[in-house]
Amino acid sequence: MDIVQELLAGSPRALSRAITAIENEYEEAFSIMQKLYPHTGKAHVIGITGPPGAGKSTLTDKLAKKYRENGKTVGIIAVDPTSPFSGGAILGDRIRMNELTMDPGVFIRSMGTRGSLGGLSLKTSDAAKIMDAAGKEIIFIETVGVGQSEVDIVKAADTTIVVLVPGLGDDIQAIKAGILEIGDLFVINKADRDGVERLNTELEMMLDLNQNKVKWRPAVNRTIASRGVGIDELMEKIEEHRTYLQESGELALRRTQRTRDELLALLEEQISRRVTEKMRASGELDFLVASIEQRRQDPYSVVAALLDAYLI
Amino acid sequence: MEKRIRVLVAKPGLDGHDRGAKVVARALRDAGFEVIYTGLRQTPELITEAALQEDVNVIALSLLSGAHNTIFPKVLELMKAKKMDDVLLIGGGVIPDADIPGLKAAGVAEVFTPGTPTSDIIEFIKANVK
Repeated sequence: MDIVQELLAGSPRALSRAITAIENEYEEAFSIMQKLYPHTGKAHVIGITGPPGAGKSTLTDKLAKKYRENGKTVGIIAVDPTSPFSGGAILGDRIRMNELTMDPGVFIRSMGTRGSLGGLSLKTSDAAKIMDAAGKEIIFIETVGVGQSEVDIVKAADTTIVVLVPGLGDDIQAIKAGILEIGDLFVINKADRDGVERLNTELEMMLDLNQNKVKWRPAVNRTIASRGVGIDELMEKIEEHRTYLQESGELALRRTQRTRDELLALLEEQISRRVTEKMRASGELDFLVASIEQRRQDPYSVVAALLDAYLI
Repeated sequence: MEKRIRVLVAKPGLDGHDRGAKVVARALRDAGFEVIYTGLRQTPELITEAALQEDVNVIALSLLSGAHNTIFPKVLELMKAKKMDDVLLIGGGVIPDADIPGLKAAGVAEVFTPGTPTSDIIEFIKANVK
């Protein structure tokens, strides 16, 4: 059996190997994704994002257990930052999820961002698709600890949960652009801390000012994830959001948009790769660089000529 | 993109501190490796299952409790059962010199005792990873 057949038959090792192949861009990655694609599109993808230390891993752990109690299989992708200096990373989210490791209905994979700046790695969406094809019904994607503008998770998730904790900033923070615009649900975690009422009020005010989310008004939930408080209610809200997505047609809209984005990104990537490979192999690249450097040609005309040569 | 070496750093058994494991994890990160850190008090079953899901090239165990002659063979046995024959198992911590030949004969690739420069561990991994 090849890796794709093994994966579809439920082998965790094949699942693991397939993710490595796409993450490292091995040659077989393209054909793996080709064969798996027809088996994707079934899972509900839940994004968990928020600042470092907000409790994203613990919350993911508790929600995953809750979905397991309800008989759902679960995939978890936990993203942590890659060092821009060494290229290395410490991927430490599993520490909070050790109890899930031995559950055969759960598969957890840690990923480094590898240079990507939007809170995910470039291959996170593909990894989620692989888990989807492997039959995981609920897929959690936990982003790196984000600041204000790492919002790639909305492109990958069906339901995005923004996790906050009391005491991080004043009310102007809540009306800035960025991560507070992307939540389908909000969670105030560590809700036994001082400042929870104030943060709750600020979030509610911010949400009341939103003009563009009239059909779905995101709820603000309180949890103490480490003690399992508020998890049942949060899961209910997730399911409510899932129902809303389906019944309003919003899910279809989002997935059309996602398919379009992914197709265009893939096209861009492949065109660029093919043209550069040919240019490198023929030595044309070095020749053109030298000629541009000496101002014998300009880069704009060179690119126009290259596109004519390779694409038409 | 080139292959990136992935290492699972784990602390099996009951000993209660992981300073050494964290120092090693940090050094491996600075060497450009992706380090999956799973924390204290892990069972051999949990370590090998996590290593499989993470598709690591290396499992690095830190042991201070004296249980190395039980835990390493158990981990090796589970690795064999999961067909993880291309994964390197290395160890470190308080392990008497007299026990090292036995562990290596059982299949542990290398044992690093206290005082080993972290650069030795990095070089060993780079030279031996499959």
